[in-house]
Amino acid sequence: MPGKLKAKIVAGRHLPVMDRASDLTDAFVEVKFGNTTFKTDVCPKSLNPQWNSEWFKFEVDDEDLQDEPLQITVLDHDTYSANDAIGKVYIDIDPLLYSEAASVISGWFPIYDTIHGIRGEINVIVKVELFNDLNRFRQSSCGVKFFCTTCIPQCYRATLVHGFVEELVVNEDPEYQWIDRIRTPRASNEARQRLISLMSGELQRKIGLKVLEMGGNAVVGYLQCFDLEGESGLVVRAIGTACTLDKLSSGSAPNTNTHMHPNTAPASNACNSPSKDGKESPLAHGCRSTHNSPVHSVCSSQRLSQNFSVSVPTLIFTGMGSGGSAGKEAGPLRTLLRQQTQTALEQREFPFFTLTSFPPGFLLHVGGVVSARSVKLLDRIHNPDEPETRDAWWEEIRQEIKSHARALGCHAVVGYSESTSICEEVCILSASGTAAILNPRYMREGCLDIGCTDHRFEEPSPPNCGFCHIPYDELNMPFPAQLTYCYHCRRQKVPDVLFTTIDLPSEAAVAGKGCLIQARLCRLKKKAQGEANATAISNLLPFMEYELHTQLMNKLKLRSMNALFGLHIQISVGENMLLGLASATGVYLTALPAPGGIQIAGKTPGDLSSEHISSIQKRINDTIAVNKELYQINPPELAEEGVGSPIPEPRHRSRLFRSHSESSDELSELDLSHGKKDAFVLEIDDTDAVEDIHSLLIDAPPPTGFYSCNTENMPGISNWTSGVQMFTSVRVLRLSNANLTNQGLNKIFTDLCENLLKSFYFKLRSMIPCCLCHLNFTVAVPEEELIQVTVTAVAMTYDKEQTQEKTAEKPVNKGSLEAEEQLQFPLELCADSSSSNIQTASKISGVGESTNMSPRAASVDYGSFADRCSTWLELLRLKAHTIRRGSVKTISSLERCSPLQEGRSRSLRSSRSFGGSSVTVVKMTPLSFLPGTRIIKYLGIINMFFIRETTSLREEGGVSGFLHSFIAEVFAMVRAHVAALGGNAVVSYSMKECVFMENPNKNQAQCLINVSGDAVICISETDQESSASTANTGQTGGSETDGAT
Amino acid sequence: MSVELDVFVGNTTIMDEEVYQLWLDGYTVNDAVKVRMEGGVMDECEASKDVLLSDTMDQYRTFQMCERLLHSPAKLANQLLFQIPPHRQIMLIERYYAFDDTFVREVLGKKLSKGTKKDLDDISAKTSVTLKSCRRQFDNFKRVFKVVEELKGPLVENIRQHFLLSDKLARDYAAIVFFANNRFETGKRKLQYLSFQDFAFCAGQLISNWTVGAVDNMVEDMDVDLDKEFLQELKELKILITDKDLLDQHKSLVCTALRGKTKVFIEMEGSFKNLSRGLINIAAKLTNTKDVRDFFIDLVEKFIEPCRSDRWSAADMKLYLTHYTNSAHILDTFKHQVVWDRYMGVVKSCIFKMYHD
Repeated sequence: MPGKLKAKIVAGRHLPVMDRASDLTDAFVEVKFGNTTFKTDVCPKSLNPQWNSEWFKFEVDDEDLQDEPLQITVLDHDTYSANDAIGKVYIDIDPLLYSEAASVISGWFPIYDTIHGIRGEINVIVKVELFNDLNRFRQSSCGVKFFCTTCIPQCYRATLVHGFVEELVVNEDPEYQWIDRIRTPRASNEARQRLISLMSGELQRKIGLKVLEMGGNAVVGYLQCFDLEGESGLVVRAIGTACTLDKLSSGSAPNTNTHMHPNTAPASNACNSPSKDGKESPLAHGCRSTHNSPVHSVCSSQRLSQNFSVSVPTLIFTGMGSGGSAGKEAGPLRTLLRQQTQTALEQREFPFFTLTSFPPGFLLHVGGVVSARSVKLLDRIHNPDEPETRDAWWEEIRQEIKSHARALGCHAVVGYSESTSICEEVCILSASGTAAILNPRYMREGCLDIGCTDHRFEEPSPPNCGFCHIPYDELNMPFPAQLTYCYHCRRQKVPDVLFTTIDLPSEAAVAGKGCLIQARLCRLKKKAQGEANATAISNLLPFMEYELHTQLMNKLKLRSMNALFGLHIQISVGENMLLGLASATGVYLTALPAPGGIQIAGKTPGDLSSEHISSIQKRINDTIAVNKELYQINPPELAEEGVGSPIPEPRHRSRLFRSHSESSDELSELDLSHGKKDAFVLEIDDTDAVEDIHSLLIDAPPPTGFYSCNTENMPGISNWTSGVQMFTSVRVLRLSNANLTNQGLNKIFTDLCENLLKSFYFKLRSMIPCCLCHLNFTVAVPEEELIQVTVTAVAMTYDKEQTQEKTAEKPVNKGSLEAEEQLQFPLELCADSSSSNIQTASKISGVGESTNMSPRAASVDYGSFADRCSTWLELLRLKAHTIRRGSVKTISSLERCSPLQEGRSRSLRSSRSFGGSSVTVVKMTPLSFLPGTRIIKYLGIINMFFIRETTSLREEGGVSGFLHSFIAEVFAMVRAHVAALGGNAVVSYSMKECVFMENPNKNQAQCLINVSGDAVICISETDQESSASTANTGQTGGSETDGAT
Repeated sequence: MSVELDVFVGNTTIMDEEVYQLWLDGYTVNDAVKVRMEGGVMDECEASKDVLLSDTMDQYRTFQMCERLLHSPAKLANQLLFQIPPHRQIMLIERYYAFDDTFVREVLGKKLSKGTKKDLDDISAKTSVTLKSCRRQFDNFKRVFKVVEELKGPLVENIRQHFLLSDKLARDYAAIVFFANNRFETGKRKLQYLSFQDFAFCAGQLISNWTVGAVDNMVEDMDVDLDKEFLQELKELKILITDKDLLDQHKSLVCTALRGKTKVFIEMEGSFKNLSRGLINIAAKLTNTKDVRDFFIDLVEKFIEPCRSDRWSAADMKLYLTHYTNSAHILDTFKHQVVWDRYMGVVKSCIFKMYHD
């Protein structure tokens, strides 16, 4: 009996009217965990019931604690007929299961109904008492921390990185069970929500077990996904990176963690895959694609006898490059390092890391992007307890990734992720990552902590360019490539272009700003069934990948940049088309050669269209020049001379278009292994090509004052100010015309994406100067003629004056300003509120809002003006409260029952009496940090799944109205859960799934949303000194809220 | 090819004040887009018409979803659905409850009933305020009226606390509620020259001097009704016109004080008795609900119009009323000084406010 779960139902508010006759509601609450259910008394005739229930106690195994959510159902009592459900709240109690996270969940939760949406709020307190577990063979993994963040979380230090963990669980989808036909939609949706909640709990527990087995205590970069396979079932799968994390004591934190990506130290994994012969297919330009695995069907395999499976040829995106012999003195050392690393990595099956940013020195070399896709035919999952088929599918893909990495001379894959796209019974599995060589000193236990062992290995390469140096052997290149000496250190070879899926390393030397680069592509396909369909799709895939890659390369050159970070390629399958969307952040790495221009050439010389060609050429040249200006790309030429390079400085930027051919010519004097290089040539041989080139030029640059990227860090901007606006946008386009061509579709799709961006810029114009970060586009083909694009991103303001300064420190003046405001603010209010009504203040906090609202929250979010206003508003509200009788109840009993809570409640009360709204401001961001703040505590992972359905679509404002309110509701529920945990922000937030289905004729629609993130408490940077000292005294509750933003 | 669905949701709810105003003013989405385009917002951020349309739709939807909350503004602060910065909440509420003076002038003093609501389209046509906006404003009046009707204590304060309005707006609503409750006639042609703000000022005077709450704000009764006892006592003032001696004495006192101080002295002297009878008759009749309703029209007919035809200036008016009021104190046989002051104080300031073109 290792755990006791206790829950108390305090009160409700804003309940809907359930009894038309009286315009009131007789509400009561059912609290369920596992198979045990408790009920509160009926609170008759009230829309703001006060139950103030006893503590309901559940004695349960910790295994159940991990799997099951606490279910709270609010009902309307009806004497004569069945009780009507008002709505439900699911509370994931996982955050209470490890000591460092939240100690209590307490607050107002929106009461959610899958048909009606949010219907009022309920105040609940939940606690867990865990007993020491003596059972060695336990199935639970309580205590393993989970983080969505793809870097080592702030306020932690990784003592060891164990490596890749994965797991999947399968089940039948309740929506497709026979019983669904006689069930109400509500019952069906709830069954689904409950099941998925259970499955993710189970999945997390199983992954936790693996982590414990490996000796770790945390999972970082936890990525959980659902595959709604329809008839064939429901798959919940997750991957992550197992680590051993140490919490940094708060005192030392400011020293080690002043910037957003704190020092970290990942480590090991093994790779001993058989290297594959890459079939080389040199392409006209920088893309070297190796078709490692020619199409092969594995129908014959016994295991998959019922499944049709096609493995798709995959491309390895790299820049050009070759390798090894480059560094003279580093050469032997490198070999040594490689051997050591190799052995360390051989311990693990998959040397994969889901992390995207790393501590300095961890990443030695980056090879390029590796990706693999495979088309599968879904089949009913016969035995949910043995999800072997799905496991085998992923196993296959991972093996392929591993061998690709191997082919690039790399022993690890970083920035690794997996995804699927399902249409009817066809499923595309995709995996991608960046092949890399990691520093062996992070691979072995004990070597990490201090710099003690570091000195034995000389830094193999300078930190600001080392990762660009090619990892593969120059004499034994996987593909032909153009190499030059590194423009930084002049000692080792670098490719001319570098593609990666990771974030830009913080120490990398860049010129100018980065920008979002997208390649978009539509391909029509014939409608087909079964194997024919799968084959058709798998035949199309390589062409799509190739074209996306070409587009990316062209656009990169057009922006005069030479590297892509955060590359994410999504291919989505529909009944009659495939959509491909590649997003990445382009940047100019000063270590790499300047990109050459783009040369337009006619098919035959002296073509009649030569005038036309030259006009296009001119437009391209102009665009490049404009972009250089726009992104401030002025590579520091002097710096190169400063290095004292042995190679004569190539003056390759005197003219725009001969850059790399010239520079490499000069290099070739030293290195004769290089063949003759051509400029990057685009051939116009038919109208399609002309179209392609036009479409290249369509992409409008962001308007003045805006920048955009899809990575954690915006290259070239680091002085963020406090303005943060996370948003989600969904757009669905209906293609009315049946006779669309590929070209026409491409145009439509491109416009769709471009228009979305334009909309964002317009909507966020008040934030200028600002940067859209972590722009995450997801495409889907929900129905035959629909294209859906879902975007989640965050807009952040920055200080324009200091953009040039590249400093990791936050602007201090901003912070001190805030502090000043804060000083004035409570002072003013102290007087005010005490004179107005001290009693009221305490009464209001007594209502049981555990939400903490300190004045700072408002000041950070909305500036000082807002503070004053909020004060005013709050005062009015306070006064109003005194007048309305009965609307407030004291809750002294609550305080008594929760001694743990006391510290917090007290500080809450005091802060609340200082004004601000009664609802905690919860910031959300897809990034791992919030500008101007420091995360002092991770409270646990937020992983929520909601279904919303309507049978009165028109009445709810059509599809847009329906989805708009649903997304707003999801945000509200996430915020409420975070606030109940005592947090004030969600970092690494993402909307993993947004499946929208409609049937306008029936006036119906349904939507499923899955979101996740890390609930945190963050404090303003300027507060950290004071709070650090309080935190040191070991208070868990009190200190957080004091400075909580 | 058409956009089937298009939404944008921010963690902090994004609201453009300009669009909010267009929504409040009852513009359709398309009209709002036109207005915005003319406003030049397109030049910012290189927006196109589609972008503007999409943005306007988003915001309209947001406002529609918020509207429910705005009906009870206290909810806005502790609801969870929208994360709205406090200063924005204040703006939303203040603007939602703001009204057009031209519109309110039309319904002022009318019963806030379904019947009146049916006439809104006429009012809309007359005032060129959109019907949608008229309805919102009318419903606001009604909502405030319904809530405050039942409450004890000071009217303005109640409105401010329940609807979180600024002092100015709360006072205006108090005036509207007060007028609606007492059904003051404001629609007659002779009263057309008066603006809402004139009436609001008068209402303020009446509320703070003639209601029960004016004397004792802890009383059970509310601010919306006139003090019955006081109205009864007003009858006593009749002595000033019924007692011939008192009337003559009063006149001579006033004339002595005014002599040489105004150009219209002759006219003042000539019309003293009429004017005094007019004012005191108004006072004496206020016990009848019907005559309460006609209070303003009576003031205009019995006092303002005669003065105006004699071409009194505003300063003359002030001078006259001041002396008229003060002189009564010197009359030995006149015992109702307190009632007199309470009556004349309000009448005086109302007439000052109403004496213009």
